[in-house]
Amino acid sequence: MRYAMAIDTRKCVGCSDCVVACQTENNVPIGYCRDWITETVDGSYPNVEIELRTERCNHCDNAPCVRCCPTGASHIVEGGVVLVTPNKCIGCGACIESCPYDARYSHPEGYVDKCTFCNHRVVKGEQPACVSVCPTKCMYFGDLDDPNSDVAKALRNRKYKALAPEAGTKPQIFYML
Amino acid sequence: MKEELIISGRMNPGIDPFLHIWHWHIPVYLFLGGLAAGILFFAALYTIMGREKEMPTAVKWATFVVPVALVLGLMALFFDLKHQMFFWRLYTTVRIESPMSWGAWVLMFITPLSMLWAASYIKEAIPDWKWKYKFMDQIMDLVDKYRKALAWAMLALAVILGIYTGILLSAFNARPLWNTSLLGLLFLVSGMSTGAAVIMWMSKDHRERKIMSMIDLVLIIVEMFFITHLFMGFMASTAVQIEAAELFLGGEFTVSFWVFVVILGLIFPAILEILELRGYKIPVAVPALLILFGGLAFRVIMVEAGQLTRYLY
Repeated sequence: MRYAMAIDTRKCVGCSDCVVACQTENNVPIGYCRDWITETVDGSYPNVEIELRTERCNHCDNAPCVRCCPTGASHIVEGGVVLVTPNKCIGCGACIESCPYDARYSHPEGYVDKCTFCNHRVVKGEQPACVSVCPTKCMYFGDLDDPNSDVAKALRNRKYKALAPEAGTKPQIFYML
Repeated sequence: MKEELIISGRMNPGIDPFLHIWHWHIPVYLFLGGLAAGILFFAALYTIMGREKEMPTAVKWATFVVPVALVLGLMALFFDLKHQMFFWRLYTTVRIESPMSWGAWVLMFITPLSMLWAASYIKEAIPDWKWKYKFMDQIMDLVDKYRKALAWAMLALAVILGIYTGILLSAFNARPLWNTSLLGLLFLVSGMSTGAAVIMWMSKDHRERKIMSMIDLVLIIVEMFFITHLFMGFMASTAVQIEAAELFLGGEFTVSFWVFVVILGLIFPAILEILELRGYKIPVAVPALLILFGGLAFRVIMVEAGQLTRYLY
């Protein structure tokens, strides 16, 4: 099993609903966020291209944060989901330094926090909060190994990219072009 | 023109607008750790070579600095932790892949070893020193008996400690400035150079000072060679590493790096040492202090600049 997410950059309008849904669902402290929206503007008027993306932890296959963690607080659970165990985390910041996506932050209580792919919802068979609220339905979540999953079907007939694959982390969030 | 912006307003403290999760604690610790590794390396080396008589400062007196440096460094590390009450978790796991785990375990062994080493020479430093407890005398006898074996262990641990201070940074592929295998060796050489500077400064023996001064000169030359290669490597690498090097070649760290680290911390003390070896009278504190200052500046700049280098946005 390999959980992954596909985001249709042609459908995303950058409304930030996913950001707010995540903050509410996961009790993210005020002033912090586990997911965010990026806008890429390429060219200048009248030849402009805009790409909107919702970004978060890439739950990398080759996760540098898990590798560098000195206590094993950062770990991988079934489906390749990268999680942090708060009472194993010493707050050294190594994983924050190691993430090319800057997807981690130091929670005000001291431990390191990040997107969990809403693992608590997924194990119950629900969708991650961000995916479930998207008004344009531009996000697809599921098991990449299952050809009938939403994410596998979404990626089948589209070109897609991942962010900074040259960092060597094998990211598992895909952006459909 | 291509422009990338986070429009949902991500402003995670310490992460945005640029990464700054490691502050002064880490470079101070890297400096003290490298310094301790340098001193212990020479103490162990001259013990193994059987030259305690000729090099009393290297083998004995300079090692008194090490426990102090390590304890201060460990305190800096502890204060840097954000979930401090869980620091003991470091010692419930061994993580071979994590440089920080290596560092934690090496410090666990080298700190008490350095304390024992220094303590075993305290009677020579203070002739009427009396241990309060009898078992301390017995432990000191044991240290004397197995000194050669301890020196070998200390040599290995000192090299691991010295290299680790660099690998701690170089293992992060997300920070292009740090992500070079040269960094481990560069930090080791720089740490040994600061260690040699302390020995040189503390030594009262003219011959010992001359030997340490010559060693230091060689280390400085090796360090400059590594720094040249560091930038050659960056310039011949990927876009993100070229950008990282540009921070030092016209970017915002150009003046601080070349003036404080290279000129004041390496070239100037090297010239002073050459002049001294040629017979000019130069107070030893001047080159020693410059080397120590350069070593600290190098680590501060590397940690600060490295956090500015990234792949995205």
